[in-house]
Amino acid sequence: MLELTKYSSIGEALRDALETWPLEVCLMESDRGEEKQRLTYSDFKSRALPLAKSLQESGFAAGARASIIMTNQSKWLISAYAIFYCGGTLVPLDYKLKPDEQWTLLKHSNASVLITEYPIWRQLSVAPGRAAAENVKLVLVTEAPPNADLGGAERWESAQGTGHPVFTPRTRTDLACIVYSSGTGGTPKGCMMTHENYLAQCIALTAWYPFWPGVKYLSILPTNHAIDFMVGFFGPFTCGAAVVHLRTLRPEFVREAFAKYQITYVSLVPLVLKNLQKGLQARFDALSRSRRRAFEALRRINMALTKDRPRLALSRRLLNEVHQALGGKLEAIIVGGAFTEPQTLQFFYDLGIPVANGYGLTEAGTAVTVNDLKPFRADTVGKPLPGMEVRIVNPDAEGIGQVAVRSKTVMAGYLNEPDLTAETIVDGWLMTGDMGRFEAAGHLQLFGRKKNMIVTEEGKNVYAEDVEQAFEGLPVKEYCVFAANYLWPSRSMVGEQLVLVVHLEPGQTFTDALKHEIAARNNRLINYKRVHGILVYPEDFPLTASLKIIRVALAERLGKLERAQAILPL
Amino acid sequence: MRTLEQTTQEILELATKHFKAAPGSLKPEDDFYKKLGIDSLQALDMLSRLENHFHIELPDYEVQGVSDFRTLAERVQARL
Repeated sequence: MLELTKYSSIGEALRDALETWPLEVCLMESDRGEEKQRLTYSDFKSRALPLAKSLQESGFAAGARASIIMTNQSKWLISAYAIFYCGGTLVPLDYKLKPDEQWTLLKHSNASVLITEYPIWRQLSVAPGRAAAENVKLVLVTEAPPNADLGGAERWESAQGTGHPVFTPRTRTDLACIVYSSGTGGTPKGCMMTHENYLAQCIALTAWYPFWPGVKYLSILPTNHAIDFMVGFFGPFTCGAAVVHLRTLRPEFVREAFAKYQITYVSLVPLVLKNLQKGLQARFDALSRSRRRAFEALRRINMALTKDRPRLALSRRLLNEVHQALGGKLEAIIVGGAFTEPQTLQFFYDLGIPVANGYGLTEAGTAVTVNDLKPFRADTVGKPLPGMEVRIVNPDAEGIGQVAVRSKTVMAGYLNEPDLTAETIVDGWLMTGDMGRFEAAGHLQLFGRKKNMIVTEEGKNVYAEDVEQAFEGLPVKEYCVFAANYLWPSRSMVGEQLVLVVHLEPGQTFTDALKHEIAARNNRLINYKRVHGILVYPEDFPLTASLKIIRVALAERLGKLERAQAILPL
Repeated sequence: MRTLEQTTQEILELATKHFKAAPGSLKPEDDFYKKLGIDSLQALDMLSRLENHFHIELPDYEVQGVSDFRTLAERVQARL
């Protein structure tokens, strides 16, 4: 692994990585089970530098911002490196957002360059939101068909400058990325991440979960997500490891990829991990009685032998068939983005497949705590990584309070939101809004959230405010959206729901027609953003002088209602 | 060549069978996430089944943001 303490930027570290392992494979790309591309670090460099030169020729220079909206593929990483090489700030955006949401964030980030894929651009280029994002001057589009109308964009493949680009150094405190941690309805939360944030996070994570040349990481989580950016790009590259991309993310191709590439690490959201569990369980259930008994005996032996620590070689021999189905080389499954149920973690550990579950947030530079497997614990989110200071603010009698984090990985703040930043980072401590406590062995346990948001099993952060615009113009006096757990604190990290609170006009009654209208608007929202129930509130909402709803005060009043009786299910 | 109506009907029948919905309970305008109570993984799995049935390839990006049977049928129809 590169000695990351001596570098001052992502670009500088990556530049050395490409020189250190020129002949190692860094990227493999497969589509529908067929390998389409394999690049060495040297190939990667020869593809990225002409792009960097072309960007420089277009005037892209130190501190300028460039956005990438792409699915997981080699050109994502090549483009990102070219941007860092020029000293630029990367704005990775979620390719799953709607075109107008993407334009809103493009405008908010003030990116001057956009790099995207043709199918995404086809929708983006005609979206109304484009008109307002005048800051985007250059659009590069990958994989466009020969005669396609590019709507003012240029071909990524033709962006080839001649001659050597000039490497632009950055300091550790310069902005490396602006990462959006949520949707766009309310305040776009653009986390300003410095080069220091990434270098420190990479050192911390690889201390417990190292990469080395020969490691194959399967990249499934979107690369715009902080986890995949770290363990599916920066981490493996600074260690000479390889990343596998699948262009079609279907369960059957993912399963096949494990065996075909003998994957070493993969990151999954809890939903996918649970799906994998279901699939394996169904196979165990289908075994004949005698084979099932033999399998259970082996599983029990494995459980006894791995009680104190994982013994991968032993587990692979004992439960060979299960491990072979996953390629036989899996070191650990990294699970993140949302809370994972302990029984799912235990299921895999009992099979000799360690799951590195942890706790993190974009604002803290991905992971804060991770399971160190010494021993494995399914009931916690692990211990603070090296270099992370974690404390519990205002603990109650049971030791539960808000989790606060101080480390070199904590973001510089939210872009253009000094007030929100000041509320979130207090005296150098990042207030996470999550409730937790440390147990005797120093592991962190989580107990719900203090903030008005939910996290879905797919790892989507949904802020209640972001959902409100779907109900704009609803024929009621006023309305507001809350996370149910925010109104009625519950010590649970799963099954979180949103509630729409409406206050009717004087004399208005809650009719079926109104309920239908709410349901229809709700259905237009993407599935994970939908509200689960309606609360008809009989009193005026508390308002500020400028007629904005005082959420905290309203939440306090609503919290006094009986949850089950107050909510009308949708 | 199928008409859009026929394609839609076949998709509804496939979904009814695969997700064990009550016969005749699915409508073209239904949101399949909600109506079938499925998650995004199961939706991807459904895509693979549609590909096999219609002998087409449906890239992931074609169905990005699609959540009702009618739009899904349009995307399938465009590839037939």
